Amino acid sequence: MLIALPKMSEGGPPDPVADPLARLGARLDRARAKRGGEGAAGPDDPAGPGDGQQGAGLGLRIGVEFVVAVVVATGLGWALDRWLGTRPWGTIVLFFLGVAAGMLSVYRAITGIKMAVGYRRLDGPAGRQRAKDAWDEDEE
Amino acid sequence: MAIEIHPLEQFTVERLIPLHIGKLDISYTNSALMMTVAVGLITALTVFGTRKAALVPGRWQSVAEMSYEFVADMIDTNAGHGAREFLPFVFTLFMFILFSNLLGLVPYSFTVTSHIIVTFALAAVVFVGVTIIGFVRHGAHFLRLFVPAGVPAVLLVLLVPIELLSYFIRPFTLSIRLFANMLAGHTMLAIFGGFAASVGFFAIIPLGVDVLLVGLELLVAALQAYVFAILTCLYLRDALHLH
Repeated sequence: MLIALPKMSEGGPPDPVADPLARLGARLDRARAKRGGEGAAGPDDPAGPGDGQQGAGLGLRIGVEFVVAVVVATGLGWALDRWLGTRPWGTIVLFFLGVAAGMLSVYRAITGIKMAVGYRRLDGPAGRQRAKDAWDEDEE
Repeated sequence: MAIEIHPLEQFTVERLIPLHIGKLDISYTNSALMMTVAVGLITALTVFGTRKAALVPGRWQSVAEMSYEFVADMIDTNAGHGAREFLPFVFTLFMFILFSNLLGLVPYSFTVTSHIIVTFALAAVVFVGVTIIGFVRHGAHFLRLFVPAGVPAVLLVLLVPIELLSYFIRPFTLSIRLFANMLAGHTMLAIFGGFAASVGFFAIIPLGVDVLLVGLELLVAALQAYVFAILTCLYLRDALHLH
């Protein structure tokens, strides 16, 4: 890609001296990755730390989701109608599509397929774990 | 008794230094000033905070490192493998929104993020960027994102438009969420503040509410920055890993 991948040791909090400290850091990272893999395994927790924070974040997020989907879609339909002169049809069709998209977004936000467009859940917990390990080695 | 309450007055953009290029108005406004302050503070925090780079970090170094690690952690858990190269972008985004939100809570200041044009610009950058990344990484394959797997062809006629729509709605939800939260919170603060000014002795009640609201607004300020950043991570994950 465009940008070179910064190595952790450069971008991270610099610790030039401590070899033992670096090792401790690596061990901590591994332990954290492990715990993250087990505890927060499901792809259904968008939030990192803290249950309450996660809940509040989620709540604030999905409130807007549905309304905006309907409003934006209907507006788009209306604009298309004006442009193409197909008076009621674009608005009608896009209104229903907007409702569907809004429901889909809310459903995804709360069931944990997240905001992803598309239904597939490519990486199960196993895949995630593997990805994480590889990443870890990358860092060391 | 009638003290006029203007809860929306705080959102007025004023020209501090009028500047015009042709018909284009590029005046330096109070909004721009607050953005400059936010950027300046973030730069100061990260540059001066990490200058000494002590093994046992001091206060400022701690803050700088913690925010860095917070965002790094967020990217690792949400954007998946190979997304670290976008850390500078997400970190900048997160810090800018966080500082703008928090600075907006300072009395007599101006909340940059309570203007939809600002939040929409941020969301549009994310949206366009993510789409470009998706196409660069996957080429035309990226379009598979809109075709759910294992669905009969007949249903695809219905589902692909829905998927497309829910993809294009992203910048709107992203920007409206942040803007609406900031606008509503600050309007509420001003309204209760106005009550307090107009009811004399009983001002203690709306004033108390305002104090509590400031606490809530602090939470919302941090949370909205967090939500914005985390959704950016999730979108990045879509583009990088193609569900």
